[in-house]
Amino acid sequence: MIRLEPRTTPSRTLALLAPFAAVACALALAAIPLLAAGQNLFEAYGLMVKGAFGSAFAFSETLTRATPLILTGLAAAVAFRAKLWNIGGEGQFYLGALAAVIVGTGAVPGPAWVLVPLVLLAGASAGAIGLIGPAYLKTRFKTDEVVTTLLLNFIILLIVQMALQGWLKDPMSLGWPQSEPIVDEATLPALFEKYRVHAGLLVSLAAAAVITIVMRHTVLGFELRAVGENPDAARHAGISVNGTMLKAAAISGALAGLAGTSEVIGLKGYLTSDISPGFGYAGIVVAMLARLSPVGVVVSSIFIAGVFVGADSMSRAIGVSSYLADLVVALALLSVLVAGFSIRYRVRWLGLRGGEA
Amino acid sequence: MEFLEIFLSANFWAAAIRIATPLIFGTLGALICERAGVLNLGIEGIFTAGAMAGWMAVWLGAGLFGGILVAALVGAMIGLIHAILTVPLGLSQHVSGIGVTMLATSAAYFTYRTALPDVTSPPRIEPFQPLNMPLLSDLPFLGPALFQHTVMTYIAIALVFLVAWVMARTPLGLAIRAVGDNPSSVDSQGLSVYGLRIGAVMAGSALMAIGGAFLTMAAFDAFFFGMVNGRGWICIALTVFASWRPKKALLGALLFGAFEAYQVRLQTEVGAVVPGEIFLMAPYVLSIIALVIAARGADYPRALLTPWFKGQR
Amino acid sequence: MAGQHRKAQAHDELAPVVLKIAGITKRFGALTANENVSLTLHQGDVVALLGENGAGKTTLMNILFGHYVADEGEILVAGAAGALEHLPPGSPQAALDAGIGMVHQHFTLAENLTGFENILLGVEPIFGLARGRSAARAKIEKIVTDSGLAVDLDTPVSSLTVGEKQRVEILKALFRDARILVLDEPTAVLTPQESEGLFQVVEKLAAAGLTVIFISHKLHEVLAASHRIAVLRGGVLVGELTTADADRGKIAELMVGREVPASQRSPMSPGAAVLKLDEVKVSGSDARRTLHAVSMVVHEREVVGIAGVAGNGQSALASLISGLVEPEAGRVEFCGDAVTTFSPRTFMSAGIGRIPEDRHHDGVVGAMTVAENLAIETLKDARFSQNGFLRFNGFQSHALEAIEAFDIRCSGPDAPTRLLSGGNMQKLILARVLENAPKLILANQPTRGLDVGAQTEVHKRLLAARERDAAVILISEDLDELFTLTDRIYVMHAGNLDDAGPTDALDRAAVGLMMAGHSAEATAS
Repeated sequence: MIRLEPRTTPSRTLALLAPFAAVACALALAAIPLLAAGQNLFEAYGLMVKGAFGSAFAFSETLTRATPLILTGLAAAVAFRAKLWNIGGEGQFYLGALAAVIVGTGAVPGPAWVLVPLVLLAGASAGAIGLIGPAYLKTRFKTDEVVTTLLLNFIILLIVQMALQGWLKDPMSLGWPQSEPIVDEATLPALFEKYRVHAGLLVSLAAAAVITIVMRHTVLGFELRAVGENPDAARHAGISVNGTMLKAAAISGALAGLAGTSEVIGLKGYLTSDISPGFGYAGIVVAMLARLSPVGVVVSSIFIAGVFVGADSMSRAIGVSSYLADLVVALALLSVLVAGFSIRYRVRWLGLRGGEA
Repeated sequence: MEFLEIFLSANFWAAAIRIATPLIFGTLGALICERAGVLNLGIEGIFTAGAMAGWMAVWLGAGLFGGILVAALVGAMIGLIHAILTVPLGLSQHVSGIGVTMLATSAAYFTYRTALPDVTSPPRIEPFQPLNMPLLSDLPFLGPALFQHTVMTYIAIALVFLVAWVMARTPLGLAIRAVGDNPSSVDSQGLSVYGLRIGAVMAGSALMAIGGAFLTMAAFDAFFFGMVNGRGWICIALTVFASWRPKKALLGALLFGAFEAYQVRLQTEVGAVVPGEIFLMAPYVLSIIALVIAARGADYPRALLTPWFKGQR
Repeated sequence: MAGQHRKAQAHDELAPVVLKIAGITKRFGALTANENVSLTLHQGDVVALLGENGAGKTTLMNILFGHYVADEGEILVAGAAGALEHLPPGSPQAALDAGIGMVHQHFTLAENLTGFENILLGVEPIFGLARGRSAARAKIEKIVTDSGLAVDLDTPVSSLTVGEKQRVEILKALFRDARILVLDEPTAVLTPQESEGLFQVVEKLAAAGLTVIFISHKLHEVLAASHRIAVLRGGVLVGELTTADADRGKIAELMVGREVPASQRSPMSPGAAVLKLDEVKVSGSDARRTLHAVSMVVHEREVVGIAGVAGNGQSALASLISGLVEPEAGRVEFCGDAVTTFSPRTFMSAGIGRIPEDRHHDGVVGAMTVAENLAIETLKDARFSQNGFLRFNGFQSHALEAIEAFDIRCSGPDAPTRLLSGGNMQKLILARVLENAPKLILANQPTRGLDVGAQTEVHKRLLAARERDAAVILISEDLDELFTLTDRIYVMHAGNLDDAGPTDALDRAAVGLMMAGHSAEATAS
């Protein structure tokens, strides 16, 4: 018999250690399929680490991959704080990407200092609208936002595909469904020559800083936390629960939209319908690993990005399917969930007869 | 008047029922989990894993019914993971469900890729064939519409009535409904809350996996990446729409199948003017609309999403 | 009334012992919830377990029922043959098998099932078919006829009244052949008349050989309905007496450990009307949230009581006065002006302070700090924020003042609020409500679950507010509280509000009848 006892004060040390323990646990569990596939564990994981952090080029790739993840991770963190289960980061990402090509491919002329902020604003607004819809349905009709945001992901992707087959299609693309390229004035520059890591990283880091301040130092952040922790008490205390929910939706959607915009104007330069390998969903893992802390999101994004980049590199070297990365990420999410449990509860072994502690 | 003529073709009704079949399995599965108080968002991944596992078992020579059994077992095992996280540990059903979907999907893809590293066109299996029932299958119109389906479709429909009967008439159904309304009611009578909930989630997940297996073993004859394509999420919406009643779930799934079959046929009529994506979007849009209509007055199981801990009243 | 129960008394000592609680000690960390408690019960005994909140009554019963395991001591239950047997600790199933049935304060019923189905849960083999239901039915019908626990067994429990649900709970225990029945605060949700009915059933069952333990903190019902009284204080059994020899003052002193200082309400002349409701209707999703054209008025320097059994529309009234719901019809006036905007924020800034019924659920955000909860209603105040940014110094100094002034026991302004005891949480809410000198205070069950010390504190603060010209609305199920604190009483029943008049001219029985739905005129005649 075991018994669970709530801890009166969640252990701070454990809270800090939990994500690392979860990551270790995820990597250990992922070793099972790796071994089953007949691979040498040390070689495989060694190649992953090398592929993600082993050289300046590798690290640049990891940071490039982390850039949208920081934003989608922040998006999930903000929404989850308010207990708004935004699983639609993927869709909002594509809305942001779509807005970027609508505004940034020459439709609006202007110098870079006007155009870049304008495109970012357009992307953020598009993402925000993409979540305000489901949040409104939640506040008005009690429609479960998890299912609506999930279904919207499919709808938005189809809209993007439709646009890329039709009015957004680049006539020069030789039949490939892709958009016209972003004009130079709307492009986020690379940070270092010969490396792909781009100014979108700075946008992400700035967003993390802003969200830290909003959550900890503003009335809005206070209200958001209160609504998330206890909506009834918040309503009773005169906080507009629906209003706060919609604000959280706007911020969260905007962040996910920015991720898509930054990916288009910083990295790819044009839009395709496979531009995201699941950044929206991975953002949920990032946020949970960070225990919803904006600073933590930056750290966990770099880790998750490293897993993806490292797994790709390992896959090329020894032929292990790169779906291993998705497996590690999923395992990390479940592990950190369990780790969160161990912060709040103490597990007591009471002997087989279930006697008393 | 070709818009109405579609309804007169036996082919259309056959397609509607075929499209509805995996949704019937999935919605029944989701309904059992939710009746016991556990939202199972692992459904999308369980569909994928079931599709992969069932297909692979057949490909490896297990036979078609062996394939269904393997899919069901895989589904139940994945359900067990979700159940452990959400029932005794009481963790967020939302986050755990999403995590389980990610895990099951990536595990299925990883296994497939590892088993078949270099294949470009997926290997095919000999899928379930339409039954040929004496007399019935030969009826004009009704024969092709109703009586030329694979055995899985008839299993699905039989399951609807079985689940409805179990829920309404047996001690087990009573206990499942009670644990989803107020776990203390079964605890105070000496039944195990954890046992009931874990069992319900495992059983429901097995059904979801069979729904996935239908895709690779009856609707198609191979496994493709992304083939589940949101069907699991649609089942979650259908469950609310059906207000957690098996027969209403059947009705909802059939309506849904009819709608989709209709739009596929409509597409061939007007495909030149309307982009195909609009038609592809329809099921998702329809699900959201159904959810909005149903959610407001929905009579959710009272203890849905609420964890229960031993010693708590 | 009391006389008829005492007749049974004489036989108790001769009847066989059915339950022996021997030297039970239970500690939770530093707190000793039960210390060396011993109690012996005979067949047909009706024992009241009396004590304040936190005296250890519920802990003791949870040990009996196997929810907790005692650190020391043991429990012996008479087996089928009558010999005392050791009850395995920590197993509710063992307790059920030994014939112990428990009716919890919060009912353990599945509301989507019928009463009959609730009784059958867990009785039939879980994987079997539904067989033998007619035999079960006959057994229940017999229990119903013998005990008088009449209830419709074929409608979903959700449509039963609270009293009927309680009967289903008791039937559940009796169906399982319980020989010992534990009732935890059984009258908390009943009208005085329903309570009376319950005690008649209990007496009937006891006469037929059932042993009953009922937990209570209400002196008058303990005196009226038990054969023996066991008093717990601070986890220790401080007294065990036969009801016939008990006297009210003596038990009260045993229970509290000192003389109870009664709050004194000095006579004051009420001033202008502060809140006026005129034919106000609220339609809610169910009866508890519905008001049918209610009218009332509350003046300055006046405490007005709302008596009634929980679930008769009090929460609708409280939500209305908190600004959480908008009336469908009728007129609401505050300080002479018609109210048009219904929101908690406008009500608060107009000068209405609210002490919500459920402090954990509606009163505080448990995960946030004491300082944050103290400021949550006035975030936009210049002390707490400027241009949308929070001022942490303001939070801290404000919290330190409130902690000092209201004696809120906590580790400091940054303590998570959920760690506070009920009394200290209530002090936090009082501090928040009173610091803005509200013109009207809505106190909804402000002392529920508090010990006597904390209760007195709340009463003192409310009366002090009245002396400071505030109007107070006190919603309470506790007639003692209403009779000590209020100047006038309204009675709530099924969404209607009846004016019972000045408290000094009222007697309990009349209020009790009105709580059961008899109008004031009918009661007077």
